[in-house]
Amino acid sequence: MTDLTSLTLAEARKGLADKTFTSLELTDAHLSAIEKARVLNAFVLETPDQARNMAREADANIARGEVGPLAGIPLGIKDLFATKGVRTTACSKILGNFVPTYESTVTSQLWRDGAVMLGKLNNDEFAMGSANETSCFGPVGNPWRREGSNTTLVPGGSSGGSASAVAALLCMGATATDTGGSIRQPAAFTATVGIKPTYGRCSRWGIVAFASSLDQAGPIARSVRDAAMLLRSMAGHDPKDTTSVDIAVPDYEAAIGKSVKGMKIGIPREYRLDGMPAEIEKLWEAGAQWLKAAGAELVEVSLPHTKYALPAYYIVAPAEASSNLARYDGVRYGLREPAKNITELYENTRASGFGAEVRRRVMIGTYVLSAGYYDAYYLRAQKVRTLIKKDFEDCFAKGVNAILTPATPSAAFGIGEKGGADPVEMYLNDIFTVTVNMAGLPGIAVPSGKDSQGLPLGLQLIGRPFEEETLFSLGEVIEQAAGRFTPARWW
Amino acid sequence: MSTATHKLLKGATGDWEMVIGMEIHAQVTSNAKLFSGASTAFGGEPNTHVSLVDVAMPGMLPVLNEECVRQAVRTGLGLNAKINLRSVFDRKNYFYPDLPQGYQISQYQSPVVGEGEVLVELDGGRSVTIGIERLHLEQDPGKMLHDQSPSLSFIDFNRCGVALMEIVSKPDIRDAEQAKAYVTKLRSIMRYLGTCDGDMEKGSLRADVNVSVRKPGGPLGTRCEIKNMNSITFIGQAIEFEARRQIEILEDGGKIEQETRRFDPNKGETHSMRSKEEAHDYRYFPDPDLLPLEFSQSFVEELKAGLPELPDQKKARFVADFGLSAYDASVLVAERESAVFYETVLDRLGNRARDGKMAANWVINELFGRLNKEGRDVTGSPVSSEQLATIIDLIGEGTISGKIAKDLFEIVWQEGGDPRALVESRGMKQVTDLSAIEKVVDVIIAANPDKAAQVKDKPQSLGWFVGQVMKSSGGKANPQAVNELLKSKLGI
Repeated sequence: MTDLTSLTLAEARKGLADKTFTSLELTDAHLSAIEKARVLNAFVLETPDQARNMAREADANIARGEVGPLAGIPLGIKDLFATKGVRTTACSKILGNFVPTYESTVTSQLWRDGAVMLGKLNNDEFAMGSANETSCFGPVGNPWRREGSNTTLVPGGSSGGSASAVAALLCMGATATDTGGSIRQPAAFTATVGIKPTYGRCSRWGIVAFASSLDQAGPIARSVRDAAMLLRSMAGHDPKDTTSVDIAVPDYEAAIGKSVKGMKIGIPREYRLDGMPAEIEKLWEAGAQWLKAAGAELVEVSLPHTKYALPAYYIVAPAEASSNLARYDGVRYGLREPAKNITELYENTRASGFGAEVRRRVMIGTYVLSAGYYDAYYLRAQKVRTLIKKDFEDCFAKGVNAILTPATPSAAFGIGEKGGADPVEMYLNDIFTVTVNMAGLPGIAVPSGKDSQGLPLGLQLIGRPFEEETLFSLGEVIEQAAGRFTPARWW
Repeated sequence: MSTATHKLLKGATGDWEMVIGMEIHAQVTSNAKLFSGASTAFGGEPNTHVSLVDVAMPGMLPVLNEECVRQAVRTGLGLNAKINLRSVFDRKNYFYPDLPQGYQISQYQSPVVGEGEVLVELDGGRSVTIGIERLHLEQDPGKMLHDQSPSLSFIDFNRCGVALMEIVSKPDIRDAEQAKAYVTKLRSIMRYLGTCDGDMEKGSLRADVNVSVRKPGGPLGTRCEIKNMNSITFIGQAIEFEARRQIEILEDGGKIEQETRRFDPNKGETHSMRSKEEAHDYRYFPDPDLLPLEFSQSFVEELKAGLPELPDQKKARFVADFGLSAYDASVLVAERESAVFYETVLDRLGNRARDGKMAANWVINELFGRLNKEGRDVTGSPVSSEQLATIIDLIGEGTISGKIAKDLFEIVWQEGGDPRALVESRGMKQVTDLSAIEKVVDVIIAANPDKAAQVKDKPQSLGWFVGQVMKSSGGKANPQAVNELLKSKLGI
């Protein structure tokens, strides 16, 4: 039997249905892979007992012919998702050993469809970061290394644990969240597929909030088809989240292999940055040509407010975060530092419970919402956001079906290499992805090639609201043309 | 705006005028909280009516309770206010242990209800119209318990997340009497609507009072805010004290510092809580977890059509239909329960047109008088509306006299029973049989020949004879018949 961990989700589903192997075997294979890959620090909590129990249950269901869409498929769960009875920390010291009494809507839908939980995955603290270096559990290693180098690279962030675990074949797929690029950027850094669906497509209920108007859950997977399968289970209207949208969830997998002939693909000229590596430029052009070869039409488009997206994002997101994180005050749950009075309790708890990047964003957010600064920062940023949204709307109104861009301005970098002196250096990682969150649109990152050092690079496709199917169809064209990429095992 | 003359305060430099505005926090009557399904029942064991949302567990999201919106719109309609078809929920950010989210969900720039006005009755038939600035929905915080442990404070989150309506008045109030009457009127309107129970002891209705003073008609002075008043009496006391405190400072050449103060009911004084510099910067911004609140005009119209008759309308109807004085009518409508009692009496009367006004007198003077004396309220009245209606019927039909009716009322109050049967069994019926009365009249005249001789010169002494006859008939003789008989027998 081939190594069960190397299967795609779609292949595993077939194997399970055909009873070629059991979910317990599949699960055990992944549990043992996880054990051997602890150096990557992708998992912050392994739940082998729960995994085996769920696998046995899935096997029993399969034996009875009750095969859910994800029956018996072992997954990893980003630690931002509340899991009932299983420690959930958002990788922040301030949540301590918090164990929710509730299950997030997204994960409960995965279990409803038969999936198996292997454990909780590392991420940047409260999803704030682009390299998974801000986690209180320490950084995550990228399974990819530069050719001939032993330097451990970052997997990107904030869903670094999810991307690393999927790329290293530790789980068949993972949940992730994306506020400014936290699914797509790590997917690009690890040669995995990540989709951030339209804002409102997945329920945010039970996901630790970072920036409510930008946060969306989505999967990171080994293939476009796998991502489609996972999103179908994750998505859906939830009355407990009033920002979730009541639109039926289509069978995303059916979009795989659908012709893209006649589709109009926008190439935004503003995404051609000064000083962008030639390799990225080349890859972008290659992606465009693959789509063209598949029958799509390429058109140059303009998204004139792109350059304001990152600064506006770094006002809106911290503003919401500063308020969302106010609940971590040491009063009801999580960390509580000793103090003589309530003010000291807040100060001591939050000073020791939050890491530097979280503290920085809470302070930025507090500042931009303060009396006298609100109009100049927050209100202005919201206006910029409206303009960014309008850029896309204008573009789609001209018949453009999707927009093709690079996913990141560079390949993965070394741990500690970026942002040490200037946090903006790190923030620039999200330059191609934040616009999508600001506009609430769906975006997918698909592995598309390697740079000269052998590191994976990804392309991003941005779609119309709730037209994720288009992204899956186009994404699969790129995947077919570029091939799949697997890192050489060094761990 | 004001049609009533208001109280001015005398200072060493002349008269001072008070300028008062109020923020009323009224707990919305609803089964569930504003953004969670937890119960709003009062008085449960601490922390038993709490949902995951209320205590801000990670990843929890608010979902608006539409019933609270309906209640706010109904209240807005009762305040003759503009209903905003689009409003926005904002976060008001501050840290306090009774506020789990670290922010209160409130409405800042776009409230659900805009400007309106309330007619407020004062003593002596005066009235004043007070403008409403806005009404918005927000969450109540939890409750700190400081008496459970010597070193720790406890928190009860049962109240946390219950919907409040904050009703902000314009600074149209000019003295303590108006302020008290304003709160009373708002409470009455909300009780009629069933949108707030108005129970100040339970904290369902609290008021923040802004007070400043100025020379009459002069420019506005600096205001101080007295927080969290939960008694109408205290509101009056606090305003009087605060205004005098400010006048004293100003007359001594000082300056009023804008600040937040608290009222100490034991001393009858206000004390500084925090200065303007210490005031929070609440960093309001639209709550990204909630969509803007939007509804249609037809939603408003539907609620409007379902509104009950409000005190002002009811008062006008009582005056028009039963000839009540404006004063009596406003006493009856002031509390919804009083009006309901009166109307139930009306419903049970044999002849509403004839006896409606008498019924009002009885409800106000006999029943309310007696209830007040015993410190009871109308819902716990020992005399039911049915019993009272029967007593009034008995008077109206001429079966008993008004005087006997008072005795009958007393018996019913003490012992209960059917008034009609009591009249029968205790022989309280008015004697209308002329021959029986005549006999008594003859006996009295015969026994008092001197007085009978005098009565022609002193017709006012007729009253003495009437009294004697009534007395000897045990009050049961028909007074009109007694009068007429005496007049003819005595030749006057």
